[in-house]
Amino acid sequence: MTETEGYVTADGRQIGGVLMELKDITLKFGGVTAISDISFDIHEGEIRAIIGPNGAGKSSMLNIISGFYTPTIGELWYKGKKRPQMKPFEVARMGVARTFQNIALFEGMTVLDNVMTGRLTHMKAGIGAQALWWGKARDEEVANREKVEEVIDFLEIQNIRKTPVGRLPYGLKKRVELARALAAEPSILLLDEPMAGMNVEEKEDMSRFILDVNDEFGTTICLIEHDMGVVMDLSDRVVVMDYGKKIGDGPPDEVRNNQDVIDAYLGVPH
Amino acid sequence: MLKDIFITPFADMFSAPDFLLQVLWEGLVSGILYALIALGFVLIFRSSRIFNFAQGIMVVFAALTLVGLHAMGIPAWISVVLTLGVMFVLAVSIERIVLRPLVGQPDIILFMATIGITLFLIGGGEIIFGGENKVMISEELGIPTGDTVLEPWGGLLILQHLDITVVVVATALVAALLAFLNYTQMGRAIRALGDDHQAALSVGISLQTVWVLVWFIAGIIALVTGIAWGARAGVSFALEVIAYKALPVLMLGGLESITGAIIGGLMIGILEKLFEIYWGQPLLGGNTETWFAFVLALVVLLFRPQGLFGEKIIERV
Ligand SMILES: Nc1ncnc2c1ncn2[C@@H]1O[C@H](COP(=O)(O)OP(=O)(O)OP(=O)(O)O)[C@@H](O)[C@H]1O
Ligand SMILES: [Mg+2]
Repeated sequence: MTETEGYVTADGRQIGGVLMELKDITLKFGGVTAISDISFDIHEGEIRAIIGPNGAGKSSMLNIISGFYTPTIGELWYKGKKRPQMKPFEVARMGVARTFQNIALFEGMTVLDNVMTGRLTHMKAGIGAQALWWGKARDEEVANREKVEEVIDFLEIQNIRKTPVGRLPYGLKKRVELARALAAEPSILLLDEPMAGMNVEEKEDMSRFILDVNDEFGTTICLIEHDMGVVMDLSDRVVVMDYGKKIGDGPPDEVRNNQDVIDAYLGVPH
Repeated sequence: MLKDIFITPFADMFSAPDFLLQVLWEGLVSGILYALIALGFVLIFRSSRIFNFAQGIMVVFAALTLVGLHAMGIPAWISVVLTLGVMFVLAVSIERIVLRPLVGQPDIILFMATIGITLFLIGGGEIIFGGENKVMISEELGIPTGDTVLEPWGGLLILQHLDITVVVVATALVAALLAFLNYTQMGRAIRALGDDHQAALSVGISLQTVWVLVWFIAGIIALVTGIAWGARAGVSFALEVIAYKALPVLMLGGLESITGAIIGGLMIGILEKLFEIYWGQPLLGGNTETWFAFVLALVVLLFRPQGLFGEKIIERV
């Protein structure tokens, strides 16, 4: 199969083969068709963006990948195998981590504890062992803690480790949410508008972190973003959605010059 | 009259501090049990939005099972382990048979379901163990009898060894629960699910596992309180009332606050005892402990609708 082979990006990075493939996905809510018959793939190691106007169905697509929504029609293939119907927590345990458009953190818990929950997918010691703080459970806690401290250093949030998340400003919350997702050492990282509502400086920081994550850990990233400039800078390939349909798919430069995409963004009537 | 309310009680406390200590101690003993029970409620409520009406009957059921197993000739400590096993099976069954099929139903339906569980346990308990009162197997469990007499300020303070045991064991259990919740991954999962459902799913937390776990914890709490209260008052369906004391505790502490449950429980235990001794008995003919906690909670709620420790409720217009 030729599809499984990688490609080389414009800036000369080697990208791996297909990691996840979405085939003929349709999603309906009662009478509303949020996604209609969309197919695309995500390659190992790439930064894949999904863009489109409000209500295009971008978040719905991410929700399908992370198991929060079940497609009405269509299949999802992961690492060459068809993925059976799974609950979100099962998808998470398969190595898919995500953030949310409207930030979903554990507000009453500290930053450190929030990030520690990212390690829940790596939990092996049984509940009994944990309750008694026994051999394997204790070793695991120590190992998790080490990994978490690494992520915290990486995202430069050491100084707020012990702060309850509810007290943080918006921009930092977004960063903590990314930290929690990273702590899972995911094979795919899904980011739903990681920069929405941020000021320019915060956006630059976040862009840098996303690029660094991809670069240093080779993490495959699929992100949704409204800001065209950001998307062009960050992503290797872009899917463009409008009214639930795919109207473009390819490298940023190519997509930018696509007439359908220009029309969708300029609001040309359908 | 005003003097009886505002001056005499405090004068009495001051003139006999040893007796005041005695009252506070007895309040503490009940308070820590109220706190434990309230903690059981809070853990279940946070992770499933269910107000567990069955907590009280679980206390009775656990105590009956323990006494019943021992009556069959099983050694006391093995009976304790077996009872824990029964409480675990109960937790798994409740999750499978009651909670799982009702996911997503309105809160009131889930609340009704716990009433169903209550009726089932009352029926089951009576059929298996009979309805007559029983005696807790305190001696067999090695719970000490007798007392220690102290003489603070040359006065008199009597500490029942049973009460000391209750305070030590209950405090240890609360501390262990707090450590579990704060320093283990499963504990974080329980807290996380209480904070944000979606986020919890996204980090791989399984609702089912957490639910079984919190109901099992409620079962452990039921057994410990059942032994403690049963040792003082005998094992009967009347034991259930201890769980109703958790209601005002929750009104004070808030349904979702773990700290609130602990502090609220201690406060109510101590205040209701103080009130009974210094105001209730001299002025109201006594027996105020049955209602004092509720009145106190109502008065607090008048001024702080969110409870003592709850976040401020923001009215949405
Ligand atoms: N759970 C749901 N129930 C009903 N309709 C839904 C649900 N989720 C999404 N939709 C609908 O599906 C369509 C696509 O929504 P979606 O959130 O995926 O868009 P989006 O591209 O992420 O938009 P935005 O840029 O505003 O975040 C919308 O019409 C929305 O109302
Ligand atoms: Mg969206």
